[in-house]
Amino acid sequence: MDIQRLISMANQIGDFYESYPDQSHAQKDIADHLNKFWALPMRKQIAQYVAEQAGVGLHAKVQSAIKDHLSV
Amino acid sequence: MDEIKYNPKVDYGTPVSQSTKQITLTVDDRQVTVADGVSIMHAAALAGVMVPKLCATDSLEPFGSCRLCLVEIEGRRGYPASCTTPAAEGLVVHTQTPKLADIRRGTMELYISDHPLDCLTCATNGDCELQDMAGAVGLREVRYSYDGENHLKAEKDETNPYFTFDPSKCIVCSRCVRACEETQGTFALTISGRGFDSKVSAGNKDFMDSECVSCGACVQACPTATLIEKTVIAAGTPEHSVTTTCAYCGVGCSFDAEMKGEEVVRMTPSKHGGANHGHSCVKGRFAWGYATHKDRITTPMIRKSIQDPWQQVSWDEAINYAASELNRINTTYGKDAIGGITSSRCTNEEVYVTQKLIRAVFGVNNVDTCARVCHSPTGYGLKQTLGESAGTQTFDSVMQSDVILIIGANPTDGHPVFASQMKRRLREGAKLIIADPREIDLVANSPHIRADYHLKLRPGTNVALVSALAHVIVTEGLVQEDFVKARCEWDSFVAWRDFVATPENSPEALSSELGINAEDIRAAARLYATGGNAAIYYGLGVTEHSQGSTTVMGIANLAMATANIGREGVGVNPLRGQNNVQGSCDMGSMPHEFPGYRHVADDATRALFESAWGRPLSKEPGLRIPNMLDQASEGSFKALYCVGEDIVQSDPNTQHVTHALENMECVIVQDLFLNETAMFAHVFFPGASFLEKSGTFTNAERRISPVRRVMAPKNGGLDSNGKQEAGMEDWQVTAKLSAALGYPMNYSHASEIMDEIARLTPTFKGVSFKKLDELGSVQWPCNDEHPEGTPVMHIDEFVRGKGKFFITQYVPTTEKVNAKFPLILTTGRILSQYNVGAQTRRTQNTAWHPEDILEIHPHDAEERGVKDGDWVGIASRAGETVLRAKITERVQVGVVYTTFHHPESGANVITTDNSDWATNCPEFKVTAVQVARVSQLSDWQKHYKTFSEAQIAFAQKTDKVKAEAVKVG
Repeated sequence: MDIQRLISMANQIGDFYESYPDQSHAQKDIADHLNKFWALPMRKQIAQYVAEQAGVGLHAKVQSAIKDHLSV
Repeated sequence: MDEIKYNPKVDYGTPVSQSTKQITLTVDDRQVTVADGVSIMHAAALAGVMVPKLCATDSLEPFGSCRLCLVEIEGRRGYPASCTTPAAEGLVVHTQTPKLADIRRGTMELYISDHPLDCLTCATNGDCELQDMAGAVGLREVRYSYDGENHLKAEKDETNPYFTFDPSKCIVCSRCVRACEETQGTFALTISGRGFDSKVSAGNKDFMDSECVSCGACVQACPTATLIEKTVIAAGTPEHSVTTTCAYCGVGCSFDAEMKGEEVVRMTPSKHGGANHGHSCVKGRFAWGYATHKDRITTPMIRKSIQDPWQQVSWDEAINYAASELNRINTTYGKDAIGGITSSRCTNEEVYVTQKLIRAVFGVNNVDTCARVCHSPTGYGLKQTLGESAGTQTFDSVMQSDVILIIGANPTDGHPVFASQMKRRLREGAKLIIADPREIDLVANSPHIRADYHLKLRPGTNVALVSALAHVIVTEGLVQEDFVKARCEWDSFVAWRDFVATPENSPEALSSELGINAEDIRAAARLYATGGNAAIYYGLGVTEHSQGSTTVMGIANLAMATANIGREGVGVNPLRGQNNVQGSCDMGSMPHEFPGYRHVADDATRALFESAWGRPLSKEPGLRIPNMLDQASEGSFKALYCVGEDIVQSDPNTQHVTHALENMECVIVQDLFLNETAMFAHVFFPGASFLEKSGTFTNAERRISPVRRVMAPKNGGLDSNGKQEAGMEDWQVTAKLSAALGYPMNYSHASEIMDEIARLTPTFKGVSFKKLDELGSVQWPCNDEHPEGTPVMHIDEFVRGKGKFFITQYVPTTEKVNAKFPLILTTGRILSQYNVGAQTRRTQNTAWHPEDILEIHPHDAEERGVKDGDWVGIASRAGETVLRAKITERVQVGVVYTTFHHPESGANVITTDNSDWATNCPEFKVTAVQVARVSQLSDWQKHYKTFSEAQIAFAQKTDKVKAEAVKVG
């Protein structure tokens, strides 16, 4: 899939958790959402992007969520 | 005395009473115990005594005008009308005495003296209350001459495409006028003139030009042939009737299909219908002719490429070709390249077998449904907050509401039969708050109804509004803390409370973003929180946004904080667009969950289905519709089985959708018509209409209603001799495909599919076709605890245990206006057309809405030199189309509006790929556009015209084009 589309979709998920007081928990929630609703090929693609392209364009907490909590 | 049972087939003359107090009276020597508050006529009918009547019918309040239902009451003087006289304890009533017989005969004589004596050739011969009453009172002669002045030459009004108004047969009983008022709430009819000149009038206009919405309530109420269906005039009276469920909107009305053999003569709303109580709208009542329309494709077809003409084949050939293609693609590209899409126009049973096929045969969860593009945020948001992906109330709950808050819904157009009930409650005095960018009819254009507050927000700012309302509730001390403490997760409440209480969420801070006065927001919030039972009704104006799921959660927050949930009169009510949106979601058609909203990664659930289906299942969520299309565009998704859905017309960014389909190697479409998606298909399975199959639909209030087969399916294939085979119900087609793929599904009837659903889904445990036959319909959860269903949910506790509040941060959409695209386009529906219009465009409903038009504010129109009726080009970042403009102040400055009922309009050529953060539900309601006067169609429309004409020709020429046709491999 177009990686830019995945980036903007992932950032949108991050935006939802913007105002949550416990941001470390929010990162888990972001990854949990991706694990529950994104098909494996999409998750693999965004994880690869974070690993290989330093996640350019992804919000910092979304990057961290993907690095630390995404199942691929 | 035998227990008296209410029989919905009987007309009791006047409405039932809700009183629990019982009284006993005597009617013609029969003692009868009835609810306090019913009329003598009603009590007599319960005792089995039918008092003659003409102006009374039990769907309407008594009127007392026909003077036929007079009775004598011991100890009282005179001859009171039994319809308007309340039954009372100890009364002794006589319905038949010589004096009463004399009065009735005299009255009937007067009626008949001004009525044509053409009974034998009259369309209602044998089905006429006037005729029945003439017989009942023993009328034998009419002494008055027909030479005097009369109404026998009054002119017919045949302007309505579905019914005729023949005033020469009218007895001026006012039933039609009262039905239009009480039942429908439109007040289009009146009695004009006085005395002898009194006549029924559609506001001194013909019916078509009047306010009439063609709901059929007047036709239903008419006791003579004055208002009558044109199909009855043409075909004669029906000889049998089968109760079934409408195939249109999410109200899910129950109808009696009145038949002659296998031909439908008329559809009449079923009085016993739990959702509609005998009412209907123009679609369900009249717009069913599409089922036999000449455009229907009734033979399976295949082709190698979409550039080829179609080849008509037998069912076996079509199924085997489809199976071989799916197998080839599975081998070549892998299972991830295959998926299925179901529709909310499918029955529960069809959806269930389709998702079962994709999951069990291919071991992949790439199955989605059209709720993706409408109410997927409802499923997500309500599951998160309350614990179940469904509306909380029954429709009748609205009659207990004191405050009704409508957000992003247009019930009078989208859910007309429920809207009539809501309007009845509003006329009784319930308060009304409407949050909508556009002035819908309920704001100020419905008789005797005016919204207390119309929060005319800018499109895309719903979350800001919900937060501002919450701010007022929290900071003004309007939270019902006892309820929150007892029923909700306190920590989540505190986090939410602290968030919404911040100054940036105040109405004053958000006022300019919303385009609403802060004081109006405050007043509306106070009314919602303190006005008594407050209920929220919402629609696609909430869900089809980049923050659709956030708004749904915000709505649930409001209901929990104010304790407006868990009893009658309150709740969170998503108004579902199509008849089976709720059901198709219940049936596990989303790629992340099995039937009953259980995630595919849940090991216990997966084990249950693996054991029942005998196949290993994937624990990975599958692709959603937009993901499938994105993957297809890039070449990794290759085969789609699309049942009953038309993604080319109904999904956003049409050119992206068609590009994706062109990239696929096997597109299988199952539908009644060569819909827009079928033009890109390689296999066409002809579907069966709702009249040709058995199954169930589940409406917006979780009501499971039976769909009953009233005629044989018309979709037979061609056998090797070119003869038409027997047709199949749609679930049979799917099961046959499954068998060809090596996974037989051995059901002999749709009821067996429901039995399997009930075995595997706790909320459906008690559901069976037998129960539906007994009860008429049932609202899930239906299980051992609630064997007759659950009209209102979350009464003692939420399904998830404690309700959970979510912080709803407003994030403005990235779809922004700028100098190039300065206007916002928002989309919606109108009453006479339905969804992509595949059904309603093939009925005479086009008389009301022959084309989609663009509504534009006078200010914006003037700036662009646009006049009413001009062709205007609408350009967005995604594409361009051309529509005719209508100048109206219903839309606000800076906002334009259209519908998407006609494919050539290309409304979705301009909508974009933006979508809801949680569910990928498209942001249909916000597209930045520019509008300019033009003199010709857009490039897309020109291309569409050429392409669609070629595709239609490919389907029509099928039998003639033999050479170079598809080789079945």
